[in-house]
Amino acid sequence: MNVSIFAFIFSMWVLILLGGGVLVLFIGPTSFEVIYDIEPLLNSGLKVLIALVLIFIWVFLLTKIKNWIFKKQIKS
Amino acid sequence: MEQLIIPAIIAIVIAFFSVYSLTPIVIRFLEKRHATVTDVNKKEKTMVPRPGGLSIIVGVILSLAVLYSFFPISEILVIGITSFLAFLVGIIDDRKTMGGWFKPLALAFCAAPIILLGAYDSTLDFPLFGSVNIPILYLGLIIFMIPVTGNTFNSIDVLNGIVSGFTTIAGFALSISLFILQNYEIAIACLLLSFISLAFFKYHKFPSKIFPGDSGALVFGAMYGTIAIVGQVEVIAAVIILPAVINSFLFLSSVKKIVEHRQIKNPISHTLDWKLKSTIEKHAPITLVRLLVARKPLSEKQISIEIFKLAIFSGILGIITAFLMGVELS
Repeated sequence: MNVSIFAFIFSMWVLILLGGGVLVLFIGPTSFEVIYDIEPLLNSGLKVLIALVLIFIWVFLLTKIKNWIFKKQIKS
Repeated sequence: MEQLIIPAIIAIVIAFFSVYSLTPIVIRFLEKRHATVTDVNKKEKTMVPRPGGLSIIVGVILSLAVLYSFFPISEILVIGITSFLAFLVGIIDDRKTMGGWFKPLALAFCAAPIILLGAYDSTLDFPLFGSVNIPILYLGLIIFMIPVTGNTFNSIDVLNGIVSGFTTIAGFALSISLFILQNYEIAIACLLLSFISLAFFKYHKFPSKIFPGDSGALVFGAMYGTIAIVGQVEVIAAVIILPAVINSFLFLSSVKKIVEHRQIKNPISHTLDWKLKSTIEKHAPITLVRLLVARKPLSEKQISIEIFKLAIFSGILGIITAFLMGVELS
């Protein structure tokens, strides 16, 4: 059984749960309109931008894990 | 709940037996027309009829039509229309290999009925933490979701029986999740997907008597994606298909661009006893199958079993996620 791939899936699941938490608790309620007096659409755009940066970090982390698993599989 | 049982049984019987009885006819029809492709993972040259999407879409349309006659709700109509549009996209790609961007773009248009018939809720539910309402962004998510699920299912159609077996497991896990969340009509629609793929699996499993082709795989993916949207179980649906998501992710992060899967270097090669092993080709993408055979060569059947184990594992995670939907951290 390929335990590392199961662990990879499990870590993705945890990241999805945590990502949902970040979205609901922090990004969702944040309003730049109050601080900077900007258009609601721009406010949403900024929040999307933050979400995209987080997704980029998420994908970057997963790529590193994937490369690590592949190298480990080849070595063993 | 009781009034749902008889319509559900009738629709399920039609879904399963229409595909089960029609697929042999499709096999003979395709063989007569020499619509066959080489099964590259067999030692002896084996020609397999393709595409089997025709019997799959007939099963989808017939069973959903029956279900719609009992429950005339727009969600069921949308599942049928989107699946049919995805079938058309797939059949074009089966007949003529299109560029890498064709399927994602064409599938994005397939999502139009969901928006036009308003069969969605712009609230995105997350386990443990609650939900967010994203009215404008959700439209983008709908347009994004159908190409993603369509291509995700299509990209896992690499070995005998994988896409149909995987869809069966994923469909059952999503149905259970929908029943847990008391979304009964959509849960039954999802059961139809499971039984359709189960009936097709009978002919697609190792050694395959037919391949679903893009038309079959895209119908599976688009129907699954539409069920996720109209059933408001987007996050759960994503968790359930994590092995297939990983496969797409591994592929994209290796290739770093969207290309037609037939255009890339084969990530696997064969041993003398015709097991599958990881290729020594440096530029070949790291796919899920390559990851599974990286340590030691495996037979086609062994790889299918490994992928089904991963599907069952992520299905269980999906069902746990459904239970967690009712739990909120305060």
